[in-house]
Amino acid sequence: METIKLTIDNKPVEVPAGTSVYQAAKNLGIDIPVLCYMNLHDLGIENKPAGCRICVVEVEGRRNLAPSCSTTCANGMVVKTHSTRVINARRTVMELILSDHPKDCLTCPKSGNCDLQDMAVKMGVRNIPGQAYAEMSTYKTDFSPSIIRDMDKCIMCRRCETMCNDFQTVGALSGVNRGFSAVVAPAFEQDLEKSPCTYCGQCVAVCPTGALTEVDHTPKVIRALADPTKTVLVQTAPAVRAALGEEFGLEAGTSVTGKMVAALRQIGFDYIFDTDFAADLTIMEEGTELLTRLGKHLSGDKDVKLPILTSCCPGWVGFFEHNYSDMLDVPSTAKSPQQMFGAIAKSYFAEKLGKKREELVVISVMPCLAKKYECQRDEFKVDGNPDVDFSISTRELAHLIKEFNINFNELADEDFDRPMGESTGASVIFGATGGVIEAATRTAYEIHTGKKLEKVDFHELRGMEGIRSATIDFNGLPINIGIAHGLGNARKLLDQVRAGKTNYHAIEIMACPGGCIGGGGQPLHHGDTSVLKARTKAIYSEDTNKVIRKSHENPYIIKLYEEFLGKPMSHKAHELLHTHYFDKSSKDIFI
Amino acid sequence: MAKYKMHVLVCGGTGCKASASDSIIEKFKSELTAKGLDNEVQVILTGCFGFCEKGPIVKVLPDNTFYTQVKPEDVAEIVAEHLVKGRKVNRLLYVDPKSNEHVSDSKHMGFYRKQIRIALRNCGFINPENIDEYIARDGYYAIGKVLKEYTPAQTIDIIKKSGLRGRGGGGFPTGLKWEIASKNAADQKYVVCNADEGDPGAFMDRSVLEGDPHSVLEAMAICGYCIGATKGVIYIRAEYPLAITRLKIAIDQAREYGLLGKDIMGSGFDFDITLRYGAGAFVCGEETSLIHSMEGLRGEPTNKPPFPAESGYLGKPTNVNNVETFASVPVIILKGAEWFASIGTEKSKGTKVFALAGKINNVGLIEVPMGTTLREVIFEIGGGIKNGKKFKAAQTGGPSGGCLTEKHLDTPIDFDNLIAAGSMMGSGGMIVMDEDDCMVSIAKFFLDFTVEESCGKCAPCRIGNKRLYEILERITNGEGTMEELERLRNLSLVIKDTSLCGLGQTSPNPVLSTMDNFYHEYLAHVNDKKCPAGQCKSLMQYVIEPEACVGCTACARNCPVNAITGERKKPHVIDTAICIKCGACIEKCKFNAISIK
Repeated sequence: METIKLTIDNKPVEVPAGTSVYQAAKNLGIDIPVLCYMNLHDLGIENKPAGCRICVVEVEGRRNLAPSCSTTCANGMVVKTHSTRVINARRTVMELILSDHPKDCLTCPKSGNCDLQDMAVKMGVRNIPGQAYAEMSTYKTDFSPSIIRDMDKCIMCRRCETMCNDFQTVGALSGVNRGFSAVVAPAFEQDLEKSPCTYCGQCVAVCPTGALTEVDHTPKVIRALADPTKTVLVQTAPAVRAALGEEFGLEAGTSVTGKMVAALRQIGFDYIFDTDFAADLTIMEEGTELLTRLGKHLSGDKDVKLPILTSCCPGWVGFFEHNYSDMLDVPSTAKSPQQMFGAIAKSYFAEKLGKKREELVVISVMPCLAKKYECQRDEFKVDGNPDVDFSISTRELAHLIKEFNINFNELADEDFDRPMGESTGASVIFGATGGVIEAATRTAYEIHTGKKLEKVDFHELRGMEGIRSATIDFNGLPINIGIAHGLGNARKLLDQVRAGKTNYHAIEIMACPGGCIGGGGQPLHHGDTSVLKARTKAIYSEDTNKVIRKSHENPYIIKLYEEFLGKPMSHKAHELLHTHYFDKSSKDIFI
Repeated sequence: MAKYKMHVLVCGGTGCKASASDSIIEKFKSELTAKGLDNEVQVILTGCFGFCEKGPIVKVLPDNTFYTQVKPEDVAEIVAEHLVKGRKVNRLLYVDPKSNEHVSDSKHMGFYRKQIRIALRNCGFINPENIDEYIARDGYYAIGKVLKEYTPAQTIDIIKKSGLRGRGGGGFPTGLKWEIASKNAADQKYVVCNADEGDPGAFMDRSVLEGDPHSVLEAMAICGYCIGATKGVIYIRAEYPLAITRLKIAIDQAREYGLLGKDIMGSGFDFDITLRYGAGAFVCGEETSLIHSMEGLRGEPTNKPPFPAESGYLGKPTNVNNVETFASVPVIILKGAEWFASIGTEKSKGTKVFALAGKINNVGLIEVPMGTTLREVIFEIGGGIKNGKKFKAAQTGGPSGGCLTEKHLDTPIDFDNLIAAGSMMGSGGMIVMDEDDCMVSIAKFFLDFTVEESCGKCAPCRIGNKRLYEILERITNGEGTMEELERLRNLSLVIKDTSLCGLGQTSPNPVLSTMDNFYHEYLAHVNDKKCPAGQCKSLMQYVIEPEACVGCTACARNCPVNAITGERKKPHVIDTAICIKCGACIEKCKFNAISIK
């Protein structure tokens, strides 16, 4: 490989051809500040519009300063990263950016976790000349069910746009207007709700400021807890326990299940349950649906659609409702674990408690922002009462724990409540890409073959590659499985399915990179994708440590079917645990 | 084919068309038919003559009589007197302001005397909607010669030797640009013509496209042959409907003649051209923005490298040249690199088209050899400053250029001298200012344009220009401080140093060059709270001279805000706290008793 020799701050360095000046400096231990630049190397995502101009450096012989993020090293280049000229320019540009940014740091939801704030601290900006008469660009705040867009705080880094367009191929966000009024927004500056947004929250996950944040439901949680007439249930998704510790300074990949349960109990929830329980239930329904469709297919029924697509990810559901409305009969009709939990909680468990569904408040803690939208969908309500009342993100739970004066790291581990707190290893891995299909495989294999599965770990289904496929031997019957995470990858796979070019029997799709562990509601990774890998590891070790690792062996699931549902795909199961999809393809952009 | 004894050329440029040149043509045709002369005299619609100040222009050949400001009702007289009886209509001839004499032949007019027309060679001479007229002027001979006699490398060599540099503003050597694009291998390459002319008051490219569209088509084909491209795209702003219409006609005609399309002139070389419309964003004149706009993306620049020659339109090697650059190419091929290189200065060869505007007598379009001095352009060609006022400055390079002052009057105009003088060539706009212009306001005016036209992608341009404007506004309002003056300069320099594309890298130029050349005006605004040119309303005060005021009450009666008080037949007084400086009192005062201080 060709190498390039150059000098940065008087230090010689040799780098492979094509390396940016920013990266070369980094190799030398020189941290050039960046704001708009973002490199999620493991996911193949790079955002380098070279728009913020914070990372400018002086290159000898060049007329103007060069953005180090997008300037490629050349032989003999002499670079200065902190000359007087550079420092003056960088500070002046920073002052400019701040001059058009609200100064409400104290109350901003991003405070303490904001890249722009960090940069202002790093540069020691103490005043902004001319602020007294500087006009600020203002936009109307856009409230959607999941995401709040406060574009007064947008610095045009375009990271959200890169995630939404290049990685997710959703295309809800792009630059609009020009000059001082330029901002990132849905087409025609419509509300996000009228755009093809899936609420995956990946824009929020990368926003360096408080421009994109989640709708905060913690005040509602506090109100519900304080209401003596309500019984408050909480469910926690698998990926939350693998990331929550990061908010309390624990190393990424630390599993904090026990502490999380203890914290929730201390906060005052009446029942601390686990979405994992519902994940096991999902496997029962979805696995049975797969086997039913497969059986019909094998017996020559032409009306049966294969592959079956998983449907537990609300971002993904939104995506196919918007983009693949011709294929609404392909995904599994099984509700997501969050919604299955809510439906069972407000029927089966309410009955057990002898309470009416209105007396129960079901709260979910999710790594996800689309879940906020999902639980508000009308089909998940009974007489206007939602199965899940509200959903808070991992980040919001962390805030709640802090607000409730709980010393998280000192908590002793506690256990979930029964019955809906019991779960298997199969349900935990829902949190990582490939996990749902692996869990389904463990159950479907045993039901289909009638044999005990000796090796429950399907390593061929795991990994970080965007699109993966594997063939699993079901006792002589080869089952072809496809997996995609990230909606851009999903689109590639779906386009092949639509064109009839694949022979998959089942496909798992997750909207976010790495699956739920990389969800839009997780602690911010600030561009460090090793965090995602560490969370994945935590998920799989949680699975390994579980006694029961197959969903159909969960004793409380068996009991639920015995006492209440009958059998998978029964009439009652259909009523409570299955759903249908809507055509949301925008035919009229001016609606 | 009919052989005509005389030709009447009527300007069909946008300006003259707006002044009824269409009905002038109709009138000529009907008059000639009525007189039975329609087989003797041919009436031709042409492109712009350049002398827009005096339009509509009508020229009669072969005697080269140049009629100015012709109205449809003048046509009968021209036909009866000039075409029938051979007597020129004196009242429509140009009057030399110096000698006060009628000048009949355009060659002897000050406006034309120093011009050499290369890019504009056919404008105002041929009918742009008739390919035969272009061919009669050696049109498409250059592409024929290239295809038959030269390899692409030889052709590029001719362009390199000619010293032709990009006319769109950057001044990059055209031959070198072609060479780079030719060396990048790809299955498809593109030739793009940048016709997104956006400088306020500039219409060089529009005039070429309206007056001689085929020259651009021919040059694009030559470029395609050189770099190995089979597809050409003209990116033209949608606000140029006439140019678009004429381009469409020209493309159709060229296709019909086999001069565009497959196997041109039996050489095996394929080349075709399509149009793409811009929506009027100034930044789309920057080549990466232009390419993104062509691709249907947001018109905003991306970092270079990669240059379009490596990865341009649809990711393919793309050569982007400006209209005027292309228009110069066929002549260079025909007359040779040495001929072109013999015109101009050492590093800037050939000619440059300028659009003269502002406080100058002869507003219009001119083409002069590189190296012509500003004095020649303004005082000889431009006929000097309007109303005999004093020359103050000339803004070149459009809104992102700088101003040249009296001390630059004898500097030969070329790419490098203009940069050395703190301005730039740009695409060729030249706006002349006189003693009544406030230079702080001028800087503010141009900045207003760039604030509006910034795409908003990079922070220094998006926010910085806005902040510059705010400081200028404070200065012109009399609120500026010395600290702000300092900040104005630092901010300008940082914006230039850190902006992503040419727009931001040049937008503070009007501020810097007015600060360099007219710092005393800035100081007067800041320290004395005075506008020396008397332009900044906030710094003016209306005062009634008691000695001159007779107490007629006219001013008081006409003041819309009742700021003037006084008894009849006694001197009146203006309450400056109430006065809104509308000027109504001055207008009404018959005794010159009110002045602005």
